[in-house]
Amino acid sequence: MSAPTFDRITGRSVWPDLEPLLPSVKKPIQYVGGELNSTVKDWDACDVRWALMYPDAYEVGLPNQGVMILYEVLNEREGVLAERTYSVWPDMEAKLREHGVPQFTVDGHRPVGDFDLFGLSFSTELGYTNMLTALDLAGIPLEAADRDMTHPVVIAGGHAAFNPEPIADFIDAAVIGDGEQAVLAITDIVRAWKGEGRPGGRDGLLLRLAATGGVYVPRFYDVEYLADGRIQRVAPNRSGVPWQVAKHTVMDLDEWPYPKKPLVPLAETVHERMSVEIFRGCTRGCRFCQAGMITRPVRERSITGIGDMVKAGLEATGYEEVGLLSLSSADHSEIADLAKGLADRYEGTQTSLSLPSTRVDAFNIDLANELSRNGRRSGLTFAPEGGSERIRKVINKMVSEEDLIRTVTAAYSAGWRQVKLYFMCGLPTETDEDVLQIAEMARNVIKAGREATGSRDIRCTVSIGGFVPKPHTPFQWCGQLGAAETDERLRKLRDVIRADKNYARAIGFRYHDGKPGIVEGLLSRGDRRVGKVIRAVWEDGGRFDGWSEFFSYDRWMAAAERALADEPVDVAWYTTRERDQIETLPWDHLDSGLDRDWLWEDWQDALRETEVDDCRWTPCFDCGVCPQMGTEIQIGPTGRKLLPLSVV
Amino acid sequence: MSPLPAKTPDGPPPPPVVQRVRVCYAKRGRLRFTSHRDIQRAFERALRRAAVPMAYSAGFTPHPKISWAGAAPTGTASEAEYVELGLSERVEPERLRGSLDEALPPDLDILAVDESEGGSLADYLEASVWRIELPEVDPAHARAAAAAFLAAEQVDVQRLTKNGMRTFDARAAVAELVALDDLPSVCAILRVVVRHTTPAVRPDDVLTGLGAVADLVPPVPPRVTRLAQGPLTLLLSADPEVVPTAPERGASPASGPTAVDSGVEVPQPGK
Repeated sequence: MSAPTFDRITGRSVWPDLEPLLPSVKKPIQYVGGELNSTVKDWDACDVRWALMYPDAYEVGLPNQGVMILYEVLNEREGVLAERTYSVWPDMEAKLREHGVPQFTVDGHRPVGDFDLFGLSFSTELGYTNMLTALDLAGIPLEAADRDMTHPVVIAGGHAAFNPEPIADFIDAAVIGDGEQAVLAITDIVRAWKGEGRPGGRDGLLLRLAATGGVYVPRFYDVEYLADGRIQRVAPNRSGVPWQVAKHTVMDLDEWPYPKKPLVPLAETVHERMSVEIFRGCTRGCRFCQAGMITRPVRERSITGIGDMVKAGLEATGYEEVGLLSLSSADHSEIADLAKGLADRYEGTQTSLSLPSTRVDAFNIDLANELSRNGRRSGLTFAPEGGSERIRKVINKMVSEEDLIRTVTAAYSAGWRQVKLYFMCGLPTETDEDVLQIAEMARNVIKAGREATGSRDIRCTVSIGGFVPKPHTPFQWCGQLGAAETDERLRKLRDVIRADKNYARAIGFRYHDGKPGIVEGLLSRGDRRVGKVIRAVWEDGGRFDGWSEFFSYDRWMAAAERALADEPVDVAWYTTRERDQIETLPWDHLDSGLDRDWLWEDWQDALRETEVDDCRWTPCFDCGVCPQMGTEIQIGPTGRKLLPLSVV
Repeated sequence: MSPLPAKTPDGPPPPPVVQRVRVCYAKRGRLRFTSHRDIQRAFERALRRAAVPMAYSAGFTPHPKISWAGAAPTGTASEAEYVELGLSERVEPERLRGSLDEALPPDLDILAVDESEGGSLADYLEASVWRIELPEVDPAHARAAAAAFLAAEQVDVQRLTKNGMRTFDARAAVAELVALDDLPSVCAILRVVVRHTTPAVRPDDVLTGLGAVADLVPPVPPRVTRLAQGPLTLLLSADPEVVPTAPERGASPASGPTAVDSGVEVPQPGK
């Protein structure tokens, strides 16, 4: 290795090189930064510097709550600096390469390669190729093993990081779970290590991080395979590295009221509203839902804490819509008081409220009326997920058709005319019949609406996509439905919906074809060998895989065939193959707190069509998370009320 | 999601407009890359943050009463953009200027707020003065190109619009085109007065025209700034070689054209 050059001049703005490129790229505003509530700190006054990336386009990445929270938490700290970077569009990528301008942050326009840490938040696996683009543009070697002291430590987080094995070669570390406290702990370790003169070099730092038990360093683990391709075992390859790496859980959300000052972009983004997370975690126990499994237990923000965040956030942003965010927002123990209190507070101010995720059974019209009191009536969207009572028992989505009909009848009576319903196709044990019952359900919804209103002007949209089994869920063992079978089943459903002339025009049908789901499945449940596929796809030009105009199934399949040619495994092996209980799964050494035996039992319960209740309202079902992680359910009611805001 | 049909929403109608104000603002520096839609959103949010008593339209989706005048294209800076606001309570213009400027991001700067005396903003803003900096272009070449352009009857240019490639004349709308003198040879600067016509002739159309009549093709992206908008007669310089002085603001309280120093300073590299 050449002599360390880490004391070279770093952090210089590339703006003078970037500016001349902007007139000729699409939506240049996304590269200039300067968002309201953004921060540019003095480079030299900070000794730990983070570049944070959401590896998708700015318009998708900027509203991401995770990055926004970490950005603010880090920048609040003395001597710590965090700047953001996003994926540049292919036109800008070409310009940067042509003119030798590196991947830059939008805050200080500093080269990403100059930072101590490069944190990437993966909500979806489809951002993996974009990570490689960013690393390459930043001048950071793609493979962690090729990096030296001059390169940032590349850390992955976000839900996809619960199985980071497919990107194990490209990242230095992964952190699973809540990031607020984890980034500060990592910052302290980096600061101490730098202060001591970087003992042990890059590995010295990574060892310190790994030794905490809360940072996964893939390089410190060896994976051994059986002849048939299954994993034999995953074991630490040096002392001081734990066998299991634990997820992080923030307790008491009221102590972490972030983002306090949400970023307000000049550019248009996918969410033109402010979001306040009203609770984290979900114990409804839907078996397909990775988010619900890996974010346990439920931790509510108090009604007054939420009220304070809404007030501060609106003052800091000027947004006119507030989304009350969580995995199932109507489940907050004081949702009725909260909705009424906020509607009272903002009466006559053109401020509207929305609940992005609501369950049919937790929803009621009083709540909907409170939410729409001050403004626009935003959409009524429900997710029965499965068409038949039987399949809903399999997935543990305990919503009956009667619940749904009762709720939509009330909604239609109260003035709504359109309801959107979300479903999945390809759920375990599913047959054509389960999916075709979606058509029946949609017809019943329309019928109920017509009866309730006496009008034929009633609409229902059915939106359906292929199910992708995810790690750390009871369905992590199941075989995914193939793309062709998914498409065939969706075609049959479409035909049945269209066949009934009395209803066909009232029912909208939107679906996603099965191919992207297979690639997502490969990346979700893949192991380290899948890294070669990702790299091959990227080298072949793969970018922005979450965007249908860029995604190429054929490119992924061709790359997989080449990259896995010498392995006893292929795409089908990773996706449509069912696993048995004893198989070592690639993510078994990453501890989400869920007890493996409990997950297996829940999988068997699914096959027996047996439902499991929500532990918020019933005794514990021993999923294992609370005792394993030293956490507990935190829910109200607090009994407090939102007081009117004092007149200024 | 739409409620059942009803002619009007429940409740009283929104408060009426009691005052109209004309706002002149600048978009500078990095923020010249904002599109007009971006600026509209930024304004609406800033008005809320600054608690400006906006009047709203009636109906199920009330909108604040904001009228925009022709915006400078994305990528061009401006010292003279205009917007008119309808207010539900009277405000003191200078106070509004301060609070709105405070609520907008740096480089979107409120220059003046004046009470409107009626009339259409679009009618008032007849023409614009643009300053076009052409780094690495010889001023002599620019002068010759400007002369050739002015000598032509018609200069047809093409631009890709939403409706496909359009061809139109860029010459007729140009009331004045001057290459500023006494510059170091590294940068040419043009000052052009363009009438607001349909289809709109933009500074880049004039540049395309200069390319067509005199092979003037900037090697690096030009930097374009709108210096002023207003009635054409106020914008034309008596002596085209001399930068006109700004009309006294007090002389025309209903938003006189804002001219700023269109200066002849050498652009700072990397500024």
